[in-house]
Amino acid sequence: MLKTLHNRTRIQYFLGLAIGFFFGFLLQKGGVCRYDIIMQQLLLQDFTVVKIISTAIITGMVGVYAMRDAGWVSLHKKSGSLGATIPGPLIFGIGFAILGYCPGTSVGAVGHGALDALIGGVIGIMAGAGLYAALYPRLKERILPFGTFGDKTLVDLFQARNPWFVIIPVAVFMAGFLAILEIVGL
Amino acid sequence: MDIFQTLANHLFVSIWPPYIVGAGIGILCWLAFLLSNHPIGVSTAFAKSAGMIEMAVRGPEVRNKPYYQENPPTIDWGWMLVAGLFLGAFTAAWLSGDINWKWVPQMWEDTFGPSILLRLSAALLGGICVGFGARWGSGCTSGHGISGTLQLVLTSWIAVFCFFAGGVAVAFIMYRIIGV
Repeated sequence: MLKTLHNRTRIQYFLGLAIGFFFGFLLQKGGVCRYDIIMQQLLLQDFTVVKIISTAIITGMVGVYAMRDAGWVSLHKKSGSLGATIPGPLIFGIGFAILGYCPGTSVGAVGHGALDALIGGVIGIMAGAGLYAALYPRLKERILPFGTFGDKTLVDLFQARNPWFVIIPVAVFMAGFLAILEIVGL
Repeated sequence: MDIFQTLANHLFVSIWPPYIVGAGIGILCWLAFLLSNHPIGVSTAFAKSAGMIEMAVRGPEVRNKPYYQENPPTIDWGWMLVAGLFLGAFTAAWLSGDINWKWVPQMWEDTFGPSILLRLSAALLGGICVGFGARWGSGCTSGHGISGTLQLVLTSWIAVFCFFAGGVAVAFIMYRIIGV
């Protein structure tokens, strides 16, 4: 692992900015910062969003696990619970359809002049995050710990001895799904 | 010469094939893990910005809130990532001449009319749900949808399913039931 580089704060700020720049560039060129493309995905008419996310997952998964095998990177897994991982993301999904952008694409949409993404998206998402911070102590006490399952991966879930026994089937399944989308013309 | 010309021309094209874009984002995830020991995620930066604004308005005691003690409201790698995201998205749109100031998206206008107030009210309500839900579930379409799923994290796969379940249900209610 490149520990020395990871500890260089200023260089890390620059790397964050640079990686973000190319991320935003690609999201815009992919067309997924546009309200119409996102809504047509949620209406199951246009699968650009699913195609981009799936290809990113396949590419990222193979590379990150290969680098982990080589000892170059470590994983950063998030823990979950039924009380956190079901209601939060469902509320997110409801908001996603009403707003028509997710956090990253709302910022990207401002980049092509979408003012609803600025007022509703950027300001609304900040307000929602601030509201969550205010309610956090009560949620943490009553709802978040319900049904905790920790930072399990699909590798743990299937008790696979080698992560590639899961990575390869997941990649093949997703590639197959994309192939079907292309064959049926979606 | 011709190859460079062709590559350069692509910078000015509005839309790239989704598989090229997806593979590019996957490679950015490699770089983020390798060079910065950090997964790509966007919504944490919104929470940090909300905290910084609240601190500017109400003073430094905002830091004592339990949420901000666990997630300090400061500029960090993830915040710089979102700043870069804006610059990159702006540059891409500018190169292809796609910057177009607009209050109401076309598809919304075709179904719900040209009212700016209606669109902004809905967008604000949706945005609040997105921000609230993203923090409740500890991640958004980037942090769970790409970075978490590619690490095969169970929470992230469940979260993505719920993002799309909620999103598809509400989109159908909006465009197939209310707005017919």
